[in-house]
Amino acid sequence: MIHSLFLVNASGDIFLEKHWKSVVSRSVCDYFFEAQERATEPENVPPVIPTPHHYLISVLRHRIYFVAVIQSEVPPLFVIEFLHRVVDTFQDYFGVCTEAAIKDNVVVVYELLEEMLDNGFPLATESNILKELIKPPTILRTMVNTITGSTNVGEQLPTGQLSVVPWRRTGVKYTNNEAYFDVVEEIDAIIDKSGSTITAEIQGVIDACVKLTGMPDLTLSFMNPRLLDDVSFHPCVRFKRWEAERILSFIPPDGNFRLLSYHVSSQNLVAIPVYVKHNITFREGSSQGRFDLTLGPKQTMGKAVESVLVSSQLPRGVLNANLNPSQGTYTFDPVTKMLSWDVGKINPQKLPSLKGTMSLQAGASKPDENPTINIQFKIQQMAISGLKVNRLDMYGEKYKPFKGIKYMTKAGKFQVRT
Amino acid sequence: FFSRSRAYSEFLNEILICQCLSSAKLRLIVFSGLRNEDLKEMLESNKESHKLEAMKRVVGLIAKGKNASELFPAVVKNVASKNIELKKLVYVYLVRYAEEQQDLALLSISTFQRALKDPNQFIRASALRVLSSIRVPIIVPIMMLAIKEAAADLSPYVRKTSAHAIQKLYSLDADQKEQLIEVIEKLLKDKSTLVAGSVVMAFEEVCPDRIDLIHKNYRKLCNLLVDVEEWGQVVIISMLTRYARTQFTSPWKEDAVFDENNEKAFYDSDSEEKKGQTESKPYIMDPDHRLLLRNTKPLLQSRNTAVVMSVAQLYWHLAPKHEVSIVTKSLVRLLRSHREVQYIVLQNIATMSIQRKGMFEPFMKSFYVRSTDATHIKTLKLEILTNLANEANISTILREFQTYVKSQDKAFAAATIQAIGRCATNISEVTDTCLNGLVLLLSNRDETVVAESVVVIKKLLQTQPTQHSEIIKHMAKLFDNITVPMARASILWLMGEYCERVPKIAPDVLRKMAKTFTTEEDIVKLQTVNLAAKLYLTNSKQTKLLTQYILNLGKYDQNYDIRDRTRFIRQLIVPNEKSGALNKYARRILLAPKPAPVLESAFKDRDRFQLGTLSHSLNIKATGYQELSDWPAVAPDQSVRNVEVIEPVKEWAPLVGKAKQPKSDDKFYSDEEEEKDEEESESSGSDDSSSSSSSSSSSSSEGLFYDFMLPCELHDTDSTSLLSLYLFINLLLCLSAQSQAVKVMRRAVKSPIRASVTTPSFSPVKTYELLHHMSGKGLAAKYHFPRQPCLYQPNMVAVQVILTNCSDHSLEEIHIGDRSPASLNIHCFNTIERLEPEASVTVSMGIDFSDSTQAANFQLCTKTDQFSVSIQPAVGELLMPSSMTEEEFCKDQGKLLGMNETSATITMATANTSSLAINKQLLSVANVGVVSSSQNNIHRFAGRTVSSGALVLVSLELRESSTALLTINTEKSIMASMLLRDLKQALAMA
Repeated sequence: MIHSLFLVNASGDIFLEKHWKSVVSRSVCDYFFEAQERATEPENVPPVIPTPHHYLISVLRHRIYFVAVIQSEVPPLFVIEFLHRVVDTFQDYFGVCTEAAIKDNVVVVYELLEEMLDNGFPLATESNILKELIKPPTILRTMVNTITGSTNVGEQLPTGQLSVVPWRRTGVKYTNNEAYFDVVEEIDAIIDKSGSTITAEIQGVIDACVKLTGMPDLTLSFMNPRLLDDVSFHPCVRFKRWEAERILSFIPPDGNFRLLSYHVSSQNLVAIPVYVKHNITFREGSSQGRFDLTLGPKQTMGKAVESVLVSSQLPRGVLNANLNPSQGTYTFDPVTKMLSWDVGKINPQKLPSLKGTMSLQAGASKPDENPTINIQFKIQQMAISGLKVNRLDMYGEKYKPFKGIKYMTKAGKFQVRT
Repeated sequence: FFSRSRAYSEFLNEILICQCLSSAKLRLIVFSGLRNEDLKEMLESNKESHKLEAMKRVVGLIAKGKNASELFPAVVKNVASKNIELKKLVYVYLVRYAEEQQDLALLSISTFQRALKDPNQFIRASALRVLSSIRVPIIVPIMMLAIKEAAADLSPYVRKTSAHAIQKLYSLDADQKEQLIEVIEKLLKDKSTLVAGSVVMAFEEVCPDRIDLIHKNYRKLCNLLVDVEEWGQVVIISMLTRYARTQFTSPWKEDAVFDENNEKAFYDSDSEEKKGQTESKPYIMDPDHRLLLRNTKPLLQSRNTAVVMSVAQLYWHLAPKHEVSIVTKSLVRLLRSHREVQYIVLQNIATMSIQRKGMFEPFMKSFYVRSTDATHIKTLKLEILTNLANEANISTILREFQTYVKSQDKAFAAATIQAIGRCATNISEVTDTCLNGLVLLLSNRDETVVAESVVVIKKLLQTQPTQHSEIIKHMAKLFDNITVPMARASILWLMGEYCERVPKIAPDVLRKMAKTFTTEEDIVKLQTVNLAAKLYLTNSKQTKLLTQYILNLGKYDQNYDIRDRTRFIRQLIVPNEKSGALNKYARRILLAPKPAPVLESAFKDRDRFQLGTLSHSLNIKATGYQELSDWPAVAPDQSVRNVEVIEPVKEWAPLVGKAKQPKSDDKFYSDEEEEKDEEESESSGSDDSSSSSSSSSSSSSEGLFYDFMLPCELHDTDSTSLLSLYLFINLLLCLSAQSQAVKVMRRAVKSPIRASVTTPSFSPVKTYELLHHMSGKGLAAKYHFPRQPCLYQPNMVAVQVILTNCSDHSLEEIHIGDRSPASLNIHCFNTIERLEPEASVTVSMGIDFSDSTQAANFQLCTKTDQFSVSIQPAVGELLMPSSMTEEEFCKDQGKLLGMNETSATITMATANTSSLAINKQLLSVANVGVVSSSQNNIHRFAGRTVSSGALVLVSLELRESSTALLTINTEKSIMASMLLRDLKQALAMA
């Protein structure tokens, strides 16, 4: 399946290569570089590139291209999903997935890649099992390792592969037993010129951090499970139980994992928590344009809208912007024409606004398109769909765990057309 | 003090070494020539830490793609190291360089051979992994031996590794194919979920055409699928898709009727039963086909996008048309994932949306383009939106397109214009609107937008050129400002094609072109020549000289295409002595009416590839792509998938012991799967799997039923033992509606019951819901009519109730409370003291319905709660079969005429006209007995009402063209009319 993997950085250098079968010369990446040159933006490189003898499937994350070399027919999503899993694992191990982090931990990276694929077919991709095989590096362990010459590789061989719950390592022990669940919802929306919603939907995830001793069996039930329209589960969730009773019943993996992601049924109207008043105009003949933007909260159930960030790609004709924010700071990059305004928290009494003028290229005609405004925000302690966890029970273990549930709403791809 | 200071100095020493190492690193960079020497030295040192450090460096070199092959001898010595990490790194090195240093690599083989015998399964596995990764042809026999041994290993993990090794060996030496297939065959039989994915992968690589190996394992693979790790699922699903296309008949026949509700009944009933219900073109989905569809469906909820996609493609290629749409939601969900995932999923949706608009239309808004999307994502979304456009939604889509046209991404804006053009040709209502919109775009400032508009307008005008000379004039005016060659060429072509509509303008455009001819692009030059030729033919007076001039320019052009074309045109249009017969036809050649171009989706022809494949994504046949075969016209023998189940006796034995307290079917089955523990069976849906596996196995294990029945052939009529026996028989009947089982029952059940059981019906038991667990606070109850005479009182109808505890605490004292009407005569079941969570119990009751279909209402009570429930019998359940001869039947029928006779002419589904089918259908509705008939076209059935014992005689006389006369003779005229209605419905239905 997957023949080789090349890691390519933003400047087009291959900084790591790994082969699972015979060695494929790195010159195969030339085809990739060609495609990269042709693409105007890094995102525009096609994920699947055919070459005379191989196929290149790549993903771009953290400004690193992970280029997999394939020799014969394979579902492309199989490779893409696997590559993303590799990135997730790196992130899990090193905290960040950057070129520097990978270079610093090249041995761990190699050990990981060796375990994750055998002959190009995925072998162990569960983080719980990998962590048993190869200990993640920590500052302390690195120190100890250099001094004592001990190793990163687990002394004992993992048991997880054979247990009935392949996602959970055995012999888990904690002094403080805790289980935290974060219900995070994202609103994807397109708002049109006049402020009416063209499309809006809510996607949510439940991320868990479970640190429980032994083999706990958890059940999580919702007050209003009917809201969940389309769900996908971590493999630990018992599907039958969900089908029959709408209860999440599972033996959790140890540590952090995504329990569930869901889509809120589209019949429910989506409450849009912010509104934007905008007036962006360019006058014919003059080299000036007006920019006027005001944000305000709407349907937030009394919760504050925080970490608001507005960004907009201004037309190419704009040379500079001279704006005045009522709060926060703004930046304008004259090269990329990207305007971003870090608003912070919206105070309903004093609405944040950004006003001023834009200077245009002299003599150029007025741009005939208006920029789209992208908004990011966070609302704590609220799931916008109204989803509520009813209760969390634990079976199979004697102790009383500490349980916590947090709700949050975020903007996903939230765009306002002007 | 001394010892301490020594320890201290040792510590310092260590630090010094560390520093040395790092300085060595420095030196490595500075004097690159020295580095291998240093590393070799370190590798050969005695200290483990030095070796490890050196190996880490070496791995670093490999990772960077530097050559470290010189170190091979030094590295390979460490292969037997005790240090696990060092060993692993040596393995990494070995696998990388063994191919280049074959002789030296052989030194390490003995270490692996030893490790293959290690008691620790992981050491065995990793030894096999490395051994098989060393691509040295000499060791092929050793590898073969190791693989064979590992395939029989007790540890599934080692067996998994051996499946991987098969592929490695195959790629090293394809001559081993036959032997490897043997190993694959053996591993395919493996029941471990760990092995399944890997061995199917090996199968796909080594012998994808040996479909015969799959037959026996098909059902097992289907049933294991949910528990296989995600990557294996993808491989298995894609293999099963191919398999299914060769083994089952197409479910896509036009009038194929398939009722989702019948799904359950499938496995309980024999396939004959199904035949009775189908219409003229009988399509019966093979139960194995259904099994595959049903077992893959839950995987749509997988977090792994590749799994979801593979299930989606399986449904697309295998499911009946109306079932495919269940994958829509999951596919749309994937659009939330990473950019690359979106790309692939959108490509597949684009292909799907061409054939099946309806599937994605409700989700149209999910395909709206965001300004932050990557260009290829935008284009794909646009493609899908265009595919989805129809009369109803076109206005919404066009409004959306208007925004896209203004996009800053000009390539995307251009693509939008093309999309508008496609909408305009496909939906004639909006052609004019689109055309007007496009004309407005001609005054856009952006050149690419204008150019694209011109090209699209050209295509649109071609479809209806009659009244658009205004637009052509407008475009001629714009001509001077347009610089994009393609657009200029398009305008020129339009001028030429419709030169008679713009007789004044066309020559003028030609005049301008003559001026700038030499500076134009090739494509524009070609069209200029074209225009000149056409004008020459229609308006030679004005343009003769201009044409001559242009042809002369063309004659000396640098591009040979243009020179060629010029020469050809000149010969064609200018008459001279050399020109042949073609000259006469010049007009007809150049000014022939041209068919309008069809604006089609770029994904039109992608459906020749299986969805979700690399080939589909690239629209090129990729290496190793396996063609998806067409459905066979006639299904191959389906019995090849039957597995000989040699049921060990002990598995059935507990059943006899449990006969007094029969558990529910589900519970009973799960005993069978001894390998799975509770945990797994819960998450895996073994409920389904086991019921299907046992229905397939029941036929082969009929003999066993006999054996077990013998000890329970009770001769005393003691009521409790009789009851338990009776329940046991019912259980058997539920398990398999097989005649064998009935025979067994007849043998077993002595006198009092036997007489009354004349013609047991073989129809599947329909189960009705009595109490849903949501309303029952965890207590769920279902009931069915076993169609057995009631043991308690002869005038009661037997009802079996399955009580299940779905809550998480045990329920106590389940019994029947108040009933209404109060006179209702119910024989209750004994109070169930305690029902554990997840447990279920089957109890039987008797109810005297007094020959009416009025519902029996009563309360189902637990210790704490009471739930009102009701049982409403179908009229056919109030009967019991009565055996009589044809003469008796006719005689009795003669007595029940006039008021007592109800009849109707009915239309029957053609599939129901065979006598077998009629019997099936009738018996499924009513619990009556078949009366053997001497006439072929008359079918007779007799029964008595349970309560009053009144005769019910049903006769069906077949007429021409699938009509029939249905007559019911009975004193109970209300029942007769109800029965008539039910029968009519059943017989008309396929």
